[in-house]
Amino acid sequence: MNFELTEEQLMIQQAARDYAQRELIKDVTERDTKAEFPTEHVRNLAELGFMGIMVDPKYDGSGMDTISYVLAMEELSKVDASASVIVSVNNSLVCYGIEKYGTEAQKEKFLKPLARGEKIGAFLLSEPEAGSDATSQRTTAEDKGDYYLVNGTKNWITNANSASTYVLIAQTHPEKKHKGINALLVDKNTPGISLGPHEDKMGMRSSDTHSVMFTDVKVPKENRIGEDGFGFKFAMKVLEGGRIGIAAQALGLAAGALERATAYAKERKAFGTVIANHQAIAFKLADMAVKVENARNLCLKAAWLKDQGKPFGVASAMAKQYAADIAMEVTTEAVQIHGGYGYVKEYHVERLMREAKLTQIYEGTSEIQKIVISRDLLK
Amino acid sequence: MKILVLIGNVPDTTTKIKFNADKTAFDASGVQWIINPWDELALTRAVELKEAHADKIESIVVANVGRAETEATLRKALAVGADEAIRIDADAKDAWYVASQLAKVAAGFDLILAGIEASDYNGSAVGGMLAEMLDMKSVSAVSGIELADGALKISREIDGGSQTLSMQTPLLAVVQKGIAKEPRIPAMRGIMMARKKPLNVVAAADAEEHTAFVGFELPAPKAACKMIAEDQAGELINLLHNEAKVL
Ligand SMILES: Cc1cc2nc3c(=O)[nH]c(=O)nc-3n(C[C@H](O)[C@H](O)[C@H](O)COP(=O)(O)OP(=O)(O)OC[C@H]3O[C@@H](n4cnc5c(N)ncnc54)[C@H](O)[C@@H]3O)c2cc1C
Ligand SMILES: Cc1cc2nc3c(=O)[nH]c(=O)nc-3n(C[C@H](O)[C@H](O)[C@H](O)COP(=O)(O)OP(=O)(O)OC[C@H]3O[C@@H](n4cnc5c(N)ncnc54)[C@H](O)[C@@H]3O)c2cc1C
Repeated sequence: MNFELTEEQLMIQQAARDYAQRELIKDVTERDTKAEFPTEHVRNLAELGFMGIMVDPKYDGSGMDTISYVLAMEELSKVDASASVIVSVNNSLVCYGIEKYGTEAQKEKFLKPLARGEKIGAFLLSEPEAGSDATSQRTTAEDKGDYYLVNGTKNWITNANSASTYVLIAQTHPEKKHKGINALLVDKNTPGISLGPHEDKMGMRSSDTHSVMFTDVKVPKENRIGEDGFGFKFAMKVLEGGRIGIAAQALGLAAGALERATAYAKERKAFGTVIANHQAIAFKLADMAVKVENARNLCLKAAWLKDQGKPFGVASAMAKQYAADIAMEVTTEAVQIHGGYGYVKEYHVERLMREAKLTQIYEGTSEIQKIVISRDLLK
Repeated sequence: MKILVLIGNVPDTTTKIKFNADKTAFDASGVQWIINPWDELALTRAVELKEAHADKIESIVVANVGRAETEATLRKALAVGADEAIRIDADAKDAWYVASQLAKVAAGFDLILAGIEASDYNGSAVGGMLAEMLDMKSVSAVSGIELADGALKISREIDGGSQTLSMQTPLLAVVQKGIAKEPRIPAMRGIMMARKKPLNVVAAADAEEHTAFVGFELPAPKAACKMIAEDQAGELINLLHNEAKVL
């Protein structure tokens, strides 16, 4: 077994760290307060290659492995999880899905600009009444011969406004239940698409989340990904990979909070000494460090399995559930170690705590991950 | 135009400095190595110039005196945008020794960029020595380089103001902070391309060493600071007199 990172992986980790610590940090609090999309940062991240990390260079991606993706997500998320979720959705839900299951023509038309980061993608699965239970899709894609006619509402869509390309999951054959579902590539400017208001969220406030309404939207047949009825399987496969991205995001939130809490504990004095010298604080830091290290190992293991072409669904569910749950715990403790200063925006940890909460909810709640893990165990 | 950028391999600036048992050598175990910050800025400026004047600048070469462990640092320089790297296979000893090694590979360049100092031993000597060895004109404390009408427009920060010079190549510029705004972060495309760029290893030349390390000391830890309330001037005098014994 080899725990060493390659020189290239280290360089990517450092590049992500430099960008986060030098650039994202500058306006992260202000963007959070104003719920402002990081347009300029996304452009810079695209130039650095972060919008298509794992895409084959022949489709204009960076051609790096999933381990590099985890390292980059961790570093970006230490500072700004709103920016990192934009990266994650584009990479692992949109680019990955098209590259793995799309046709050459779809890759040429849709994947290349997404991998270059000139365009952003969004993944539209959840509905007002279909969240954890994604099989009960109400959005319909009626087969009209050479096109699909789409009607319905998608909810909680990350990048909904900033994206140009939608990967849409919709029901074509309701009688076949989840086997009648299709995945379609939809240009956001197609007539009949409208957005709900920007959701006023607890955290990840500078990523744009909206509901998306479809009214008689025509989508060409050639935009369907895979065979007729492949859509649900497609969504589940893509989410397996996506979970590695969100797991790494949760890891980054926890690791970032740990870094801040450690530095603070070495400086803040109470009762005549730095608080790190009070064992109650030192032990908190020790517990946090063990959790962060466990989460990191789970993330890297899932990424490694994916890179080796081995099954990684259960590993990515474990990584996502564990990293998300400890992100909540570790960020909460980081606020505690900061005392009153942890409760205000200047020290960042209160934001990390708000952001950590979402990692337990999206791309499969912690409970849903436990369903995946326990079903595999009990089969 | 061909540009050579000298690349020092130095411990990351957050490194905890330790020495060996008899305090005659730096203990490099567990150290993370980086490009000397001034050299990284010099390289960034070279890459910016090449991007802006692709027709005039043919190539950027980076050179380092060091053993195989320093190759990661050189590959980072390639990822940032250098076209070719040279490693002179020798331990970087004193400034004279390093400059003598670099002189062997530095012929034929129109512009050589050296950092004003290295963040390890802060010698501030290699750039000037190299220029003399190459019999090349040099300018120090450069904080700006532009290409203008077949000449180099050089800016320098001087006491109380700034100075602008017009200079012809060949030239060695010793650069300081300000030469580029921020060190360039390598893009993944650059990281990928670095794999394929040449990194040539050259044997060390015979050169004298003029220094031997006798010993290292860490600076004394900062003494704890005592705060005295503003209306306690008497107490201040008392402490300065009886405790610090400076009065
Ligand atoms: C900010 C944000 C961004 C999002 N971005 C996207 C996006 O880009 N694309 C997209 O498609 N979706 C997105 N989502 C949706 C997200 O994936 C869903 O919110 C999530 O899947 C949960 O669904 P739900 O909200 O309907 O909750 P529900 O499914 O109603 O769950 C409510 C609670 O019940 C629990 N529960 C449900 N079923 C079970 C069960 N069988 N056993 C035990 N417990 C159960 C859940 O774990 C949860 O605690 C986003 C959500 C948010 C908040
Ligand atoms: C929104 C808000 C409103 C407030 N309102 C008021 C108010 O109206 N009036 C008022 O007087 N104050 C107020 N406070 C201040 C509040 O009571 C303090 O923030 C609190 O007492 C903690 O002090 P601190 O922030 O300096 O943290 P610190 O004392 O620096 O503590 C930092 C961390 O070290 C731990 N720690 C400290 N000493 C030890 C030890 N010996 N052993 C183990 N762990 C230790 C703490 O538990 C904490 O986790 C308010 C604070 C906030 C955030």
